[in-house]
Amino acid sequence: MKAAVIVFPGSNCDRDMAVALRAAGADVSMVWHKEAELPSGLDLIAVPGGFSFGDYLRCGAIAAQSPICRAVVDHAGRGGFVLGVCNGFQVLTETGLLPGALMRNGSIRFVCRSQPLRVETNASAFTSGYAAGAEIALPIAHHDGNYFADAETLAALRAEDRVAFRYVGNPNGSVDDIAGVLSENRRVLGMMPHPERAIEPAHGATDGAALFAGLVGALVSG
Amino acid sequence: MKAVVHVMLKQGVLDPQGEAVRHALGALGFGGVEGVRQGKVIELDLAETDRDAAEATVREMCEKLLANTVIESFRVEIA
Repeated sequence: MKAAVIVFPGSNCDRDMAVALRAAGADVSMVWHKEAELPSGLDLIAVPGGFSFGDYLRCGAIAAQSPICRAVVDHAGRGGFVLGVCNGFQVLTETGLLPGALMRNGSIRFVCRSQPLRVETNASAFTSGYAAGAEIALPIAHHDGNYFADAETLAALRAEDRVAFRYVGNPNGSVDDIAGVLSENRRVLGMMPHPERAIEPAHGATDGAALFAGLVGALVSG
Repeated sequence: MKAVVHVMLKQGVLDPQGEAVRHALGALGFGGVEGVRQGKVIELDLAETDRDAAEATVREMCEKLLANTVIESFRVEIA
């Protein structure tokens, strides 16, 4: 299973993401944002957390216009898998691959803590390693994680079972407690919590490991 | 030719930064501030000399990059 992690100036969770994917068995390459082409034969692209381009203009807005993001959009268009975490989620909404937007936290405070979450659906490669309804805890660390989507979009997300994770105890004002959403074809996931920061006992939590194990397992067998 | 773009959160979208500014104004003793909305102003220097063409281009810039129309509205002034 071949994966690539996109690296922007200001990404800071890229190496953690690579470690998590490799630990689950993926063959991982790092791709600098100025590349216009991706390695061939990729199954998954991960867009990591951080502060791409210093969060200038809007979080993820500049990264979403970089040459490599056109290749990411094309990959998704071909039915490829894409995982965006934290700033990666912001980038994916800015590219239009995922609906909605991530706004400044309702509290205006940066939140950095372990956050309880509910896995709302396991009908995706990303969440296949969890039981639907399971409560897990993952680290969150963001200033702009307040998910917003209009009523029509929210109704579609609910009706199509595309809310992957909800916060248990909303930390940032996100509409409908949404922490992660899936694309229509369920092959693009964006989430604010950091599964790559909870994959081994030394992290203090291991609830993220099942995401990578489930994802790599699904793509290997698929 | 100069263009000025005003980007604001859409009406109905909560603006926590504006709210914080409103509270701070109250703490400074400025009473009667019933609402504060915070936005961005972006100034552009354009080589274009045709007003309508400039406005059309800047509007396209707004749609593609300068504003996120999921949550923001924009207004373009050509000076």
